[in-house]
Amino acid sequence: MQKFDQLTGPAAPLPMANIDTDQIIPKQFLKTVEREGLAKGLFYDFRFDFDGKEKPDFVLNRPAYKGAKILIAGDNFGCGSSREHAPWALMDFGVRCVISSSFADIFNNNCYQNGLLPVVLKPDEVHALMGEAKGGNHVFSVDLESQTVTAPSGQTFRFEIDAARKEKMLKGLDAIGETLEHASAIDRFEEKRRMTRAWETA
Amino acid sequence: MPPIMGKTLYDKIWDAHVVANEANGETVLYIDLHLIHEVTSPQAFAGLRANHRPVRRPDLTLAVADHNIPTEGQGLGVDAVADEEARIQLQTLARNVKANGIEFFPMGDVRNGIVHVVGPEQGRTQPGMTIVCGDSHTSTHGAFGALAHGIGTSEVEHVFATQTLRQNKAKNMRVTFVGTPVPGVGAKDFALAMIGEIGTGGGTGSVIEYAGPAIEALSMEGRMTLCNLSIEGGAKAGVIAPDDKTFAYIQGKPGAPKGAAWGMAVDYWKTFFSDPDARFDREITIDVSKLDPTLTWGTSPEDTMPVTGRVPDPNSFATEDKRASAHRALEYMGLTAGQPIAEAMVQRVFIGSCTNSRIEDLRQAAVVVKGALDKGLKVAAGVRAMVVPGSGLVKDQAEAEGLDALFTEAGFEWREPGCSMCLGMNPDKLEPGERCASTSNRNFEGRQGRGGRTHLMSPAMAAAAAFAGRIADVREFL
Repeated sequence: MQKFDQLTGPAAPLPMANIDTDQIIPKQFLKTVEREGLAKGLFYDFRFDFDGKEKPDFVLNRPAYKGAKILIAGDNFGCGSSREHAPWALMDFGVRCVISSSFADIFNNNCYQNGLLPVVLKPDEVHALMGEAKGGNHVFSVDLESQTVTAPSGQTFRFEIDAARKEKMLKGLDAIGETLEHASAIDRFEEKRRMTRAWETA
Repeated sequence: MPPIMGKTLYDKIWDAHVVANEANGETVLYIDLHLIHEVTSPQAFAGLRANHRPVRRPDLTLAVADHNIPTEGQGLGVDAVADEEARIQLQTLARNVKANGIEFFPMGDVRNGIVHVVGPEQGRTQPGMTIVCGDSHTSTHGAFGALAHGIGTSEVEHVFATQTLRQNKAKNMRVTFVGTPVPGVGAKDFALAMIGEIGTGGGTGSVIEYAGPAIEALSMEGRMTLCNLSIEGGAKAGVIAPDDKTFAYIQGKPGAPKGAAWGMAVDYWKTFFSDPDARFDREITIDVSKLDPTLTWGTSPEDTMPVTGRVPDPNSFATEDKRASAHRALEYMGLTAGQPIAEAMVQRVFIGSCTNSRIEDLRQAAVVVKGALDKGLKVAAGVRAMVVPGSGLVKDQAEAEGLDALFTEAGFEWREPGCSMCLGMNPDKLEPGERCASTSNRNFEGRQGRGGRTHLMSPAMAAAAAFAGRIADVREFL
């Protein structure tokens, strides 16, 4: 997993609630056996018309927001399908942080597995950041160690994050390697499980 | 000393699966059953290979091909699938399961079907289990008193390698359903009404236990429909305490304990219920006797309304965000505020998906079809209606009961099993602007095909819409 400590760059506002993972990456891009190359499908129906031409009005197509590394989105971002292609597509597009007032559980987990930071702020703070992102050509920064987001005006918001997740993001830890250190505990659990589920061997 | 509080069903399943508690608050939780499919597993297998890690418990893993398979010509085999990317994904799954010794029901096998239909149907889904799958509708299996939820592909790889997941405990929420529903109202209506009430993020961070007399009265299929839709309310999982109906459903299934083992298993399963003094972080009650047949009007599962109602006015919503969403949704759906929803003409009907493709769902739709045929009705002109059974076994059962003949006589297409038009990864899709009465689970923009307009409803309501050629109150057909 890519580690995450600090991030500085443009932020794009997506002021819609309940942006689901079908919007983040539509179904036709899920027929891949790779993790890479999914940027082409990111927000496909928002970015492209039926003929595949860019929609100039969509925020990520506007020159002022080119190279956005941060998205500021409405409530309940990432609801719906469990597709990890959603964070893969965001990362492949260059987005490393999404700010919202809440995230759906599975999307939230998937972000942490990939080094994409989901930042939860209060609704009025999210609105304030969206306001500052209007017009583009701004620089925002996110600092995980101090758990802060700093807007172009200098106003800073602090966010909460689970301590375990923070450490893993900062170090880019491999969750599987960490769990495999418990191999003997897993062995012992399976031994106990065989007795609890004695009917399986009866 | 404070009294020791009782445990919830979720607490009990959790406690029975703790492998290790980390100092940082995470728990390593054991997984009893890992279901996999072609779309969210290839990158996980690739990750294992790159790190030279084996699948720890192939015997606790079961694979199906469901998301992108065509719903006709399955007997021709995977190599005949026309869509090249889908074909490669299906071939990749076949290679991966073979290399890792995982049981697999390939496309065309009568046991294959939608992963959340197959697990219960094979008796692999059992009370007290932890069950995961790289699919958000894994919550379905909670109907059996199992803790079941969707995971991403990185977590699929984690379960392959360790047979565990690193988890933080969710909150306990309970929704109690009371009252007796009127004919034409069932589990789908319960679920939509609940999501309309709590919102699509209402269950975020919680496991919802469904309880009360109206849940006890539901069949296992109905309970699966309700638990399936837990994720549309944002919940981590939905659970229902197992009872005699649960045990009766499992008994005799291929994966069910046999002989003396059966009694031992049932004794263990009976320990999974919420203690009377268990405390829930949030409780709500829904009186199902007050529900009309319910459907969605917008582009979020929380956009629900009774079939007797009028499309809401976006300006009537409380917050600016909601008003903006509603305006956008009405424009996308091609609806006008204040119009009776039953005036909306449909061009497509889809009966299927992990929400509503089991035998009871098809029987409920067939009751409407039979009644309509008796009145000399056929699927309305200009409507294309399809029925996609959840598995090969559901299809066989329906054919043994003559349901396929009813459907085809009325003008429905009788298809082969799979996820089909629920998510439109296969050739079954809506065209732009087409309005669909659908028994699936998501009415998101573009979900069933770009520009397609989805109204979620029960199988009986979808069947009624097919004959009416518009959104219709199923009670007109009963």
